[in-house]
Amino acid sequence: MNKPMQEVLTRFDLNGEAVQVTPATGERLSQSLRERLGARDVKVGCDAGDCGACTVLLDGAPVCACLVATQQVEGCSVETLAGLAETDSVASRLAESFQDHGAAQCGICTPGMMVSAVALLRETPEPTETQIQDALGGVLCRCTGYRKIIDAVAAVPSRLDGQGGIGGSIRRLDGLPKVTGQEAFGDDVAPAGTLEVRLIRSPYPHAAFTLGDLEGWQATQRGIEAVLTAADVPGRNRFGVIPAFVDQPVFAEGVTRFRGEAVAAVVGTPEAIRALDLDAFPVTWTERPATLDIVSAQADGAALLHEDRAGNVMCGGFVAHGDADAGLAAADIVVEGHFQSGFVEHAYIEPEAGFAQVVDGRLEIHACTQAPVMDLESMEDILGMERGQIRIVPTAVGGGFGSKLDISVQPYLALGALKTGRPVRLAYSRVESMQSTTKRHPSDIHLRIGATRDGKLSGFSFYGEFNTGAYASWGPTVANRVPVHASGPYRIADYRAEAKGIHTHCPPSGAFRGFGVPQSAIAQESLFDELAGRLEMDPLDFRLLNVLEDGQPTVCGQVFQQGVGIRQCLEALQPAWRTERAAAEAFNAAQTGPLRRGVGIASGWYGCGNTSLPNPSTIRAGVLPDGTVVLHQGAMDIGQGANTVIAQIFATALGVSVETIRIVGPDTDITPDAGKTSASRQTFVSGNAARLCGTALRSAILRSVNAGDEAALNFGGGQIHVAGTGEVHEIALGDLQQGDLGYVFEAVESYDPPTKPLDANGQGEPYAQFGYAAHLAVIEVDTALGTIRPLRFVAAHDVGRAINPMLVEGQIHGGIAQGLGMALMEEFIPGRTENLHDYLIPTIGDIPPIESVIVEVPDAHGPYGAKGLGEHALIPTAPALLNAIAHATGTRITRVPVTPSRLSAALRGDTDE
Amino acid sequence: MSYLTPKSTEEALALLGQAGADVLAGGTDFFPSRGTRPQTRSILDLGQIDSLRGIEKTARGWRIGAMTTWSQIQRADLPPAFDALKRAAREVGSVQIQNRGTIAGNLCNASPAADGVPPLLALNAEVEIGSPGATRRVALSDFVTGVRRVALSPGELVLAVHVPSLPDDAVSHFLKLGSRRYLVISIAMTAAVLELDGPRIATARVAVGACSPVAQRLPGLEAALVGLTAAEVAALPVVPETHLAPLAPIADVRGSAAYRMRAVADLCRRTVIAAMTGGTTDE
Repeated sequence: MNKPMQEVLTRFDLNGEAVQVTPATGERLSQSLRERLGARDVKVGCDAGDCGACTVLLDGAPVCACLVATQQVEGCSVETLAGLAETDSVASRLAESFQDHGAAQCGICTPGMMVSAVALLRETPEPTETQIQDALGGVLCRCTGYRKIIDAVAAVPSRLDGQGGIGGSIRRLDGLPKVTGQEAFGDDVAPAGTLEVRLIRSPYPHAAFTLGDLEGWQATQRGIEAVLTAADVPGRNRFGVIPAFVDQPVFAEGVTRFRGEAVAAVVGTPEAIRALDLDAFPVTWTERPATLDIVSAQADGAALLHEDRAGNVMCGGFVAHGDADAGLAAADIVVEGHFQSGFVEHAYIEPEAGFAQVVDGRLEIHACTQAPVMDLESMEDILGMERGQIRIVPTAVGGGFGSKLDISVQPYLALGALKTGRPVRLAYSRVESMQSTTKRHPSDIHLRIGATRDGKLSGFSFYGEFNTGAYASWGPTVANRVPVHASGPYRIADYRAEAKGIHTHCPPSGAFRGFGVPQSAIAQESLFDELAGRLEMDPLDFRLLNVLEDGQPTVCGQVFQQGVGIRQCLEALQPAWRTERAAAEAFNAAQTGPLRRGVGIASGWYGCGNTSLPNPSTIRAGVLPDGTVVLHQGAMDIGQGANTVIAQIFATALGVSVETIRIVGPDTDITPDAGKTSASRQTFVSGNAARLCGTALRSAILRSVNAGDEAALNFGGGQIHVAGTGEVHEIALGDLQQGDLGYVFEAVESYDPPTKPLDANGQGEPYAQFGYAAHLAVIEVDTALGTIRPLRFVAAHDVGRAINPMLVEGQIHGGIAQGLGMALMEEFIPGRTENLHDYLIPTIGDIPPIESVIVEVPDAHGPYGAKGLGEHALIPTAPALLNAIAHATGTRITRVPVTPSRLSAALRGDTDE
Repeated sequence: MSYLTPKSTEEALALLGQAGADVLAGGTDFFPSRGTRPQTRSILDLGQIDSLRGIEKTARGWRIGAMTTWSQIQRADLPPAFDALKRAAREVGSVQIQNRGTIAGNLCNASPAADGVPPLLALNAEVEIGSPGATRRVALSDFVTGVRRVALSPGELVLAVHVPSLPDDAVSHFLKLGSRRYLVISIAMTAAVLELDGPRIATARVAVGACSPVAQRLPGLEAALVGLTAAEVAALPVVPETHLAPLAPIADVRGSAAYRMRAVADLCRRTVIAAMTGGTTDE
């Protein structure tokens, strides 16, 4: 007979061992596995079955552990990645293959991917691509673009090569824990039972609120240890990433400016937090009229979000070069367009999460982040604490793409730990993550471009407004970057571009891979195809005729005498361009049904590092008395591969094999500031610091024995073996004096890219280098349904020098997947698409084969010639797809995403329905 | 607040009467709809009732137990009239969802975009409902009464879905239209179950989901299809007023109302032709 089950054990088999738990009624299996059984390899990305990160095998079948009640698995077998990786031969083989292919980048989806793949391979040892896609279709990945995961599961031969020097495709140095379930992300570090934080958030885009009797409420709540509000912020109740625009409160005071803004937090035991009835929290809301778009925000009489920002204009950016109006007047053909895009959500599979504790009077924050030292600076300000009293220990980061540059959970963790005196943890739910963290800016762009009959550009006039949401975040950066980049990598003598950020009662728009440039590239590259069409020129030839070359000024008047690689990128696409265009046209000529194929191209460029602002990176390294070389690596690896690339550069400079290096960090107590993982700067800027550090360490060692530059170094056994031409030295390290950190040799080096300020017309030297890219997209359109099936990409990227070609391809694939999502399916609508089933990102079935062409036009400033890559991986994708749609259908789409509904309407000549 | 695990339908119905519990089947809608809210009621888990699982042939057709999962339906040995249902089963969420989600859960959740409903409507399915001491059957078209609404009284449970016998040579097909390949809520989906007389359609049942609060059969289109060859179906002008009459799509983030009507006209033709030709079609 049935009895109440609270007192009843649930027994099952976990990874081959009998276990028993006493779950709460209806507790999710994912929760029991993680918190009661320590199986933190089961990742929680959405708690709704939308992401598959928590996939486990239940009696051999893949299921989402978040959708299973623990009581349902009584008597069953449950297998997770950590168990499979130890004992299952299929999983062991996959663990090797995933590393060989770079199939795990950040690693947060890897448990779900590998567990699903184990189930497939047990039944079907040699699956087809379609079988792999069907089996893995329930697991979302935001980093890899899926193609390398398909390769890894199919066990195609890997292309690893080299010993880890420059240009070697080696496995990620930090890859093993990602494929064995051992990697610890933001929510994986707190001990079970730690106090938890839950935030009280605004249900309205704009509202006034009053807090009621908090103490009285708390007194009625068992297990609630603290309530936090603005009154608990000891320092400044503001944060932001740009000093002149620090405007976002940790806790709103009296008024909220976007749906999901925090007004209070409660701290309590896990049981109390789980039982919390947020509807009973004492807060009274008065909804106020909200301005949700840039038009109403700029209307006469529109209420100001920030009193000192007239017209709700946050700020603007401007670049003028030559005379745009004169250029357009002199043009034989002028095209113009109005282009729009919506909010795009980063949709990393790891929601923001972390853990904080006070240790010996110092505050420690363990959280996922792209910018530990910026976090430290924000926390100093918010907490009013000495910098030395705060330690930021980044966890593994389950994807960032720009949004984890801003603080999220950190101040709540800090305030909770300080107020209770006990460790606290906080993981945002998927809904909270989507409601409250930054987005890609919606854009509204008017662009006119002219050309003369000979195909040369003549005049370019750009005006773009960007919905920057309620708070500034990285909005000023977008406003500044867009005018500098809106030309694309072309020579345009007469140019004007203006961008503005407009405040609305929407979530803050911030940094997202490309900082506004993907939006402006859509306008520019679409109109380039229009111009080519009007000129009756081949679109690729038209671009080649106008590309920026060495020695020519950019629209900022900056002249690069070397390193401009866009021509090489476009030329690399020429063979595929000719064959694919001809094949598409032949296909279309033979069609009687609704299918049409199209081929599009687009270019992109991206200035690496901060725009005309210092952004130094510092790298430290030392040699221990036993001969171990230690690299203090503070450049955040958020999946892109900095841990590997920085080590490869450092090892090359030092003259040793990369396997011999021990990497420590990131940790603000241990690693010097390597800046933020942003702006495609880590390979370039931190890479240079690593190169200088390796070189300096090598010089110090050689100098100590007067050895020549060519000498070979070998470390180990308490010695450095220095083999020069004709002479050999053994440096006995035990005899040497140790520095403060215990090193007998040590080097600390910094690099800051040389730039010059921009004047009022945006003229100057904003970046020391750009990266360049061109994409070709082949698609098939079902004109009856408005659906688009991408068939192939060819992507050429000038990375100067590929430090690790496998990781370069990983960035390209992931960028294309995000660009494809932005082009075809992704639009965040506050209050409506705050989950991963209404907000769609590409699945493993949506990304076609990608051919990467790595172009290497070395840059004099780059380490070994290397340029940044992270953002230009994405920039050309959306316009290439739009150009392919126009080629296939003759219809030019000017608003993304091009959903089937929108494309179908456009093909009928309707602007929208 | 208890976690109840009855071993028989009688026991489940008795407990449901006493406890006012939340019913848990596969969990794939139960947990997402709960979100982060606390569980405050007892849970009645139907997972240990053997009689609710599996598919069996009956004298008058087929009985699909309420707790039968989409994966089990995919693997079941069923005649071609069930191909549409099997295709729908492969399109429900993901493999993970198909391994847990149940046929009755899909019906009781009553989403307008429930992938299982159009093929079951086209199969003339009936829902077997149990209450203490009694069972009743209602046509599926009468069971789902609105968005998130079904004709289930307090104390009742769905025990099975019944599909009446069809000729062995009846054919079927299902198409789903979404904005991405996997894990996608349908913009529209269509199911067709046909009996053929040589190259011509003898009887047709066509149902459409996600284009009305409850998925609908299209009697006007069904009548127009009778006697047509596949080539004639391809050339059939679909007249919304007559052929798609019961549909009343809304505009939402997945598509406009007008788009849904246009797409459905085309999807219906493709689904019927694919059922007739036994081939796949571009989806």
